[in-house]
Amino acid sequence: MNREAEVVIKRRVAGRPKLLIPKIESFSYCPGCHELLAARVIAEVLEELQVEGKTIGVFGVGCSSFLILMLDIEAIIGPHGRPPDIATGIKRVYPDNLVFTVQGDGDLISIGGESLLGALTRAEKITIIMLNNAVYGTTGGQMAPTTLVGQVTTTTPKGREVTSAGFPVHAAEMIATFKGVAYSARGALTTPSNYQHTKRHIKTAFQKQLDNIGLSYVEILSACPSNWHLSPVNSLKWIEEKMISEFPLGEFKNVDRIE
Amino acid sequence: MGERMFIEGNEAICRGAAIANCQAFFGYPITPQNEITEWFAREFPKMGRVFVQSQSELGSINMLYGAAAAVRAMTSTSGPGWSLMQEGVSSMANAELPCVIVDVQRGGPGSGTIRQAQQDYLQCTRGGGHGDYKNVVLTPASVQECCQLTQLAFYLADKYRNPVIMLSDAIIGRLRETVNIEAIDFGPLPDKDWALRGKAGHKDGKRRMIDHSADLYRRDPDFVSFLRRLDQKIKQMQEAELRYESYKAEDARLILVAYGYTSRVAKEAINMARAEGISAGLIRPITVWPFPYEVVREKARQGCKFLVVEDSLGQMLDDVWFAVEGQAEVHLVGILDRHMPTDGGMILPNKVLEKIRGIQ
Repeated sequence: MNREAEVVIKRRVAGRPKLLIPKIESFSYCPGCHELLAARVIAEVLEELQVEGKTIGVFGVGCSSFLILMLDIEAIIGPHGRPPDIATGIKRVYPDNLVFTVQGDGDLISIGGESLLGALTRAEKITIIMLNNAVYGTTGGQMAPTTLVGQVTTTTPKGREVTSAGFPVHAAEMIATFKGVAYSARGALTTPSNYQHTKRHIKTAFQKQLDNIGLSYVEILSACPSNWHLSPVNSLKWIEEKMISEFPLGEFKNVDRIE
Repeated sequence: MGERMFIEGNEAICRGAAIANCQAFFGYPITPQNEITEWFAREFPKMGRVFVQSQSELGSINMLYGAAAAVRAMTSTSGPGWSLMQEGVSSMANAELPCVIVDVQRGGPGSGTIRQAQQDYLQCTRGGGHGDYKNVVLTPASVQECCQLTQLAFYLADKYRNPVIMLSDAIIGRLRETVNIEAIDFGPLPDKDWALRGKAGHKDGKRRMIDHSADLYRRDPDFVSFLRRLDQKIKQMQEAELRYESYKAEDARLILVAYGYTSRVAKEAINMARAEGISAGLIRPITVWPFPYEVVREKARQGCKFLVVEDSLGQMLDDVWFAVEGQAEVHLVGILDRHMPTDGGMILPNKVLEKIRGIQ
């Protein structure tokens, strides 16, 4: 970590990151949604690394696309599932920029499966951030690749049945098996401690790109009260009690060199 | 004075792109355009430019989406890959991203054949993907045009902030001819102030954004305002970018309409017909979108008959029917008239001449 960034952290006590755009008229996330909290983590890290001037964000289709209204960085939105490809196109022509994606679980692992696999295969030096809320949020709560077995969604009204819909996907663990990956981690935002761990994951991930090591990935378990039909507080409990046992927190790969 | 070379159409497209300062190429293997992908794989790294073999055409078009937000970039494919790209092209039309996409046509539908055909015409000229949009579609009929029209494609893409399609075919792609590789100056273009560079890359330090919907990052007050602006763009392209060749058509009573390889076949048949005293001529669209409707319409008013020569079941045929407004006979020499039924069959001058005689 560079010296200047350390000094910045020690000075700040609290406050809204300046990269987080003040409340806008046209849109707000649902109460208790973790998209804006994830955006806050990203904003804090970008400010601490002092890289906002060279950052380009690629947002997936879904609730993550609204981040274009929330974060004061250059941003691009394209077709559903394609951020790893779009990020590849930008990073290859602008290798000195920091290029990262923010995608939902469906955007990345379902429709975006081949784009993810392509970026992993080619060891693209991009950062992929996936917000895992175990449903398709924007479209009203259908099953997602990370929906838990037995979890009720609008397309699994009796709960996810393994015989017809298989099992939740563990993306962070899967991504960690690829040689071109420098970093793969999973965090949550349910407690201040988890928030700080997630922030450290994001910072490490961005640093892997800045140091030109390899692809970096951070998955964040994210509350979706509207589609879980839970209150914001109970959504946090649901993550703690149900999601973390299925999707363990921590780092699954962290290397400084890829041969 | 350019460099004189004896190369195939596919390579001429590559060289045209290189002189037009294309900075990035993304591609996936598919016959009959592998020569294009492989040329960029060899040559672009030497020039310090970007080459990426994508994981599929879905990857190609979306990598292009990202790169086109920054620099001149292109991809190349054939029919099946072109189909995979449609969502991406539709998104680019909304996002107003300039790029060049090459479709070297092969037989279809489905996996079809790996040899030539002209069966992607309707898809290319109608936008191809969902929603209301159009792209300029350029159709080279020689190796020289492969080089020149690719350069024009990059210019038009930047001029309108829209994808431009180079619609070739396997014969034009693999045909070798002498060509003058020379840069064409189309004139100045506005600064790409809208392009992504990172906030620090802009003089005003403000961020730029690219979005493919009408309601997130609002470039226009509402959806209809956006469509009104898109409609204006389409009309501007229609009015300003029509290109066609007229070959022996001034006094002709029978007008052939053909593009790409079949236009050369048509020219040969016209020469043979003229030697027999038949007054035939050719209108060769160089842009199949915009299509030379008015030119065809005028000929129909003069009482001409029409013969469409295209290696399909009849796609450009629709546009000629539309143009004549029921005022003229329109005939077709199409894919069913190939000289042999295997995939290597093609439309040959004798067949066209036979039809010309029959129409008289």
